[in-house]
Amino acid sequence: MSVSAGTAEVEAKRAGNGRAPRRPVEELDSVVIRFVGDSGDGMQLTGNEFSKAIAKAGHDFATHPDYPSEIRAPTGTLFGVSGYQIQFASRQVFTSGDAPDVLVAMNPAALKTNLADVKHGGIIIANGGAFTDNNLAKAGYKSNPLEDGSLGGYRLYRIDISDLTAHALKDAGLSKKDVGRCKNYYALGLMLSLYSRPLEREEEDIRRKFARKPEIAGANVLALRAGYAYADATEMFITAYRVRSADIRPGTYRSLTGNHAAALGFVAASELSGVPLFLGSYPITPATDILHELSALKHFNVTTFQAEDEIAGICSAIGAAYGGVLGMTTTSGPGMALKTEALGLAVMLELPLVIVNVQRGGPSTGLPTKIEQSDLLQAVYGRNGECPIPVIASSSPADCFDCAIEAFRLAVKYMTPVILLSDGGIGNAAEPWRIPDPASLPKLEVKFRTDAEGFQAYARDANLARAWVRPGTPGMEHRIGGLEKDFLTGNISHDPDNHQRMVEVRAAKVAGIAGDIPPLRVEGPEKGDLLIVGWGSTYGSIVQAREQAAAEGYSVAHVHLRHLNPFPQDLGDLLKRYRTVLVPEMNLGQLSRLLRERYLREVVPLNKVQGKPFKVSEIHDRIVELM
Amino acid sequence: MTDMTEPATLTKKDFETNQDVRWCPGCGDYAVLAQVQKLMPTLGIPRENFAFISGIGCSSRFPYYMETYGMHSIHGRAPAVASGLKLARPELSVWVVTGDGDALAIGGNHFIHAMRRNIGLKIILLNNRIYGLTKGQYSPTSQLGMKTKTTPQGSIDRPFSPVAVALGAGATFVARTVDSDLAHMAQVLRRAAEHEGTAFVEVYQNCIVFNDGAYDAITDKAVRDDARLLLEHGKPLLYGKGRDKGIRLRGLEPEAVTVGEDGVTEADLVVHDEAADHSGLAFFLSQFDAPKLPVPLGVFRAVSAPAYEDMNNQLHADAEARRGRGDLAGLFNSGDTWTID
Repeated sequence: MSVSAGTAEVEAKRAGNGRAPRRPVEELDSVVIRFVGDSGDGMQLTGNEFSKAIAKAGHDFATHPDYPSEIRAPTGTLFGVSGYQIQFASRQVFTSGDAPDVLVAMNPAALKTNLADVKHGGIIIANGGAFTDNNLAKAGYKSNPLEDGSLGGYRLYRIDISDLTAHALKDAGLSKKDVGRCKNYYALGLMLSLYSRPLEREEEDIRRKFARKPEIAGANVLALRAGYAYADATEMFITAYRVRSADIRPGTYRSLTGNHAAALGFVAASELSGVPLFLGSYPITPATDILHELSALKHFNVTTFQAEDEIAGICSAIGAAYGGVLGMTTTSGPGMALKTEALGLAVMLELPLVIVNVQRGGPSTGLPTKIEQSDLLQAVYGRNGECPIPVIASSSPADCFDCAIEAFRLAVKYMTPVILLSDGGIGNAAEPWRIPDPASLPKLEVKFRTDAEGFQAYARDANLARAWVRPGTPGMEHRIGGLEKDFLTGNISHDPDNHQRMVEVRAAKVAGIAGDIPPLRVEGPEKGDLLIVGWGSTYGSIVQAREQAAAEGYSVAHVHLRHLNPFPQDLGDLLKRYRTVLVPEMNLGQLSRLLRERYLREVVPLNKVQGKPFKVSEIHDRIVELM
Repeated sequence: MTDMTEPATLTKKDFETNQDVRWCPGCGDYAVLAQVQKLMPTLGIPRENFAFISGIGCSSRFPYYMETYGMHSIHGRAPAVASGLKLARPELSVWVVTGDGDALAIGGNHFIHAMRRNIGLKIILLNNRIYGLTKGQYSPTSQLGMKTKTTPQGSIDRPFSPVAVALGAGATFVARTVDSDLAHMAQVLRRAAEHEGTAFVEVYQNCIVFNDGAYDAITDKAVRDDARLLLEHGKPLLYGKGRDKGIRLRGLEPEAVTVGEDGVTEADLVVHDEAADHSGLAFFLSQFDAPKLPVPLGVFRAVSAPAYEDMNNQLHADAEARRGRGDLAGLFNSGDTWTID
């Protein structure tokens, strides 16, 4: 915990029991909390609720859910541990934080797998009742770490959350199973007390959330209050902490994951263009939530089709696009591989299509629930033939909303498939999203050709885009397909010169998008010692590392690329203005390769492939080394 | 749809394109193309509302020769492309033209799932029991022991029946016809066109280059009447030149008998029921093969079930009735929100 100014004051107002304040309150700049437990313990829910409570108090936050690929791995095992980390602060927050200040561990396995990350001297809240001989053995502990003094370097609080929850709810008349489910809220109550947050808002939320099950709502409120009161009454935390509210732009906010934000963006693209949306998709981690979200929005002009496989997912979207709607498909790495042939077809057909790849650890099945950025070269190059496709990438959960609209803007304007890269970190992590006024969003122009006079299926406009014609339009019946086609009519052509011309025009069309990308925004000096070039979910870590280094007096700038194919027109010039270019990526240097190849410029790669995001310190350390 | 144009004024010629047809002279595909072109103007659907979708193979060149909207997609995937088109534009008449390799080998998955959903596609499978475009390899319908370029010692792959696969996948309309019997083909295609939901038609089609004569037993006028069984709804299973042969059941075993011999009368014969509740009879017929039993042609099964695209439209209507037409501001502001001043 970074303690600011050391101001100890007496807590002015207490929620819950109304008793006189006792504990001193310390002011902090930022706090990182990690909730860890069995994958069935509800850690994702607890983390989510805590982040909402924090956000409503005016903090910025960033989260990182970390969960195993098994839905409910055997209880108490090391591989079944699920975690949720949140950082909140009195300033803007870009990452979920490097090392937790507080670890809430629901069992020995959770403690064992996470202890090494906790800051020295940090707080450990352990669910004491779960530290049974059996659970200790499963986690490989020879003795109980809560009792053997091995946690001497931390502030350890042992609380039997399960039993205390059960005790608080003994008169609630709930089944044992339902009581067990309330322990999340007990843990939440503990944390709200520790961080001096009032209970009322959370109670209102619980009552709203369980409006149809008032007895469950009541029980959860009881558990929440019990946790809060316990922390308070036992004075278990010597000090309470308060993080000042962040200086956040006024507006109405909500917490959104990247997948949810993408879904909203796609609906917005449909509403802004007046063209229906069609999603053909096959369930795959970590992309499926986009399909979930859109499936529930049939009161918009949204059709979702859970296809028989990944190939049918994209092919149905191509069929829909041919029919004149906004066709799209969602997937992750292995599914992307299966869609490859159909991507080529979409390039030949020159129909608008959006393909979302929420990347995960690869190759093959890889690490389905862990994050990686290793599908960039696949997106740019991975097809047979000369097969150019524009590629964009979102840099944060909320950015997925804007990228979804941008993907369709390019797709319909240039009549091309567009690949949108996200990753499991962005897709599942949440951050506050400032809700836009729909009237402030860009209009999406879609024109269908209906004039049969002089129509040629592959005649092009100034952007080299051909016309979009809906079947059902009289007098314009025509055939398209995957065979090479005549430059103008679209009829099959095996003519050598025509093929050269078509390959070149498809490449020129995509390359031309470079002129349609807004100027790059550079953080830091316009020229100098070091430029960091990033893309995707490394955004937060890079921003913080750069700010830290800049504050230390280093000349370091940062540019984050949304458009990866083609690159923005001003990127080449920018790269020349710095002595060194550093490229942090969660792969073995894929953007580095693209930059070297395109600009003949040496760059310094910083690569991490551990299924975990960059720590700020990892990037900061490399910046300092390069100075 | 029909009030916008005068479909009655269209003719077969209106459905022919200016593209040179590139099938081998004598190929059975020509007959199917001609029948389809003849059928189209009689369906009361404006020409611009037809779309023909195909995959890869000889049969999949079909859309290029139809003066309608069309797409020559990728190998095996036509039912998936067509499903997306039909869902996006339910008012279109969407046809899939495929072959035995395209539909049953590389595209088997899409083929069965289209029929499972009962989505409104008309699927015509041109079955020549061989890979033609790649010049003569065996297919999933090639006979056991058949010598091809990839089976020089004879095929050890057991073939399956497209009709049986379709029935197993829950198809609501399943029929079979043959390229050389134009009247029969016209009749079957019309029935398919008029069916709601997925209509599947297998066409026995002769490949003159790589598998010539595959269907001689049922197409040769001299012998075909004894080798094929023309299915008629509500009629006994009768066949033969003198229409004196029939099928009766011995337990669950079919038996070819002669009416008038050994005391057999028409009343002993199985009566065809294409609309039976379950597909047992249709599946039973799909197992018939020469020479032991006659090869059935005609409609195996035609039952009514809700079409997928209609159910999908209903989902939208229900959602809108329950929640009202969605608006962006409402969607953005749903869930937990908070305001920072």
